[in-house]
Amino acid sequence: MMAALYVRDVRLGFRAGGGAVIAVLFFMSVIIMMPFAVGPDLRLLAQLAPAFLWVGALLASLLGLERLFQADREDGSLDQLRLSADLPELALMVFVKCLAHWTVTGLPLVLAVPFFGLFLNMEPMAVLAAMATLAVGTPAIAFIGAVGAAAGVTLARGGLLVAVIVLPVIVPVLIFGVAAANGAVNPSQLFFVPFSLLSAVCLFFAVIGPFAAALFLKGLDE
Amino acid sequence: MSLFNTPFSVTHLSVSRGGFVLFENVSFRLDKGQALRITGPNGAGKTTLLRCLAGLVGPDAGSITLGGIGVQNDSTFHYLGHLNAMKPQLSVGENLAFWAKTHGGIEPACAIKTLNLVRLVDLPFSVLSSGQKRRVAFARLLLSPRAVWLLDEPTVGLDTDSGAVFETVMERHLADGGMIVATTHTPLGGTSWQTLALQPVVQP
Repeated sequence: MMAALYVRDVRLGFRAGGGAVIAVLFFMSVIIMMPFAVGPDLRLLAQLAPAFLWVGALLASLLGLERLFQADREDGSLDQLRLSADLPELALMVFVKCLAHWTVTGLPLVLAVPFFGLFLNMEPMAVLAAMATLAVGTPAIAFIGAVGAAAGVTLARGGLLVAVIVLPVIVPVLIFGVAAANGAVNPSQLFFVPFSLLSAVCLFFAVIGPFAAALFLKGLDE
Repeated sequence: MSLFNTPFSVTHLSVSRGGFVLFENVSFRLDKGQALRITGPNGAGKTTLLRCLAGLVGPDAGSITLGGIGVQNDSTFHYLGHLNAMKPQLSVGENLAFWAKTHGGIEPACAIKTLNLVRLVDLPFSVLSSGQKRRVAFARLLLSPRAVWLLDEPTVGLDTDSGAVFETVMERHLADGGMIVATTHTPLGGTSWQTLALQPVVQP
């Protein structure tokens, strides 16, 4: 049943009107602008590259997040899913929906990093580190975002509101993500310590996020 | 022999929203193979009553039981609301296959045949007419056997032929020992329906 939900959401993401291409396009536009903004100093650009990639990926991941449950609510699917699930099951459904959302929006961002790394004068090692941190960090953004999406599910224009609600909680993810990405290429900084913390944050929210979102959806009393 | 536990009984159910009483003391009882029609003017709380029975809205007071036990089981009800619960971007077949897996039930092939959807299986749901959409939504009810069907205005947008198919499907569910609660403005044919008239509550 969960597999069916995953397949459906991924399929919807890649159909017309899904969020798959939009996130990558947004990510691309942010990254392509950076060399122009920083100017001709290639060393500075390479130094800032992990931070740019992370901010770009973070904002791109927030795009379309508010649709996570809203689309299901508008066509009546959410009622059916709520009807056939108790709280743990509903949390599992949210978890699966987050995974599907990440497959459609987060994973393409991670895979696009080698291409956009070229724009930012990144060494191969730095590209690999950025990919690794984003691969661990973007799911965390989806799990945290699900809570905001569930809280704002009844708001017709809740997109920005959801982003503002979840941003403060995402800050640790950003800090550890960029720290680890920097640590991989900078001998004076550490990689594994911030990377482990990033992984821990991701796992923590993989449990807390779906449950909190499920609580919101369960209490949705309309 | 009946597939389902009976009776489905509702006692002294009251629901209010934001201090506004929608209905009070609604009671009824359905034995196997019985159907109830809820009538009443717009805003009398027909839809809310159905959503309350389905567990989507919490009641202020009262109890809902099936076979003498309080309902908390997810596979007791089929709820067919105003919305069809189908994804416009997916084909009819994909939509029904998804619900078949989610409801943990039967392959959709039989339901598709019963509701004359064979020609529509590969079309995206979004291009169907509203009557065809309703037929697809109805096909979902046949994907798993559940005791009580809660139908909100089930026949809106249907032509006479589809209406007849509907009636047959409902008859068959009742013959299997199931129960139906439907809200409607128009009389539903076939079965002998009990009627419950909801009146708007005079606010205190």
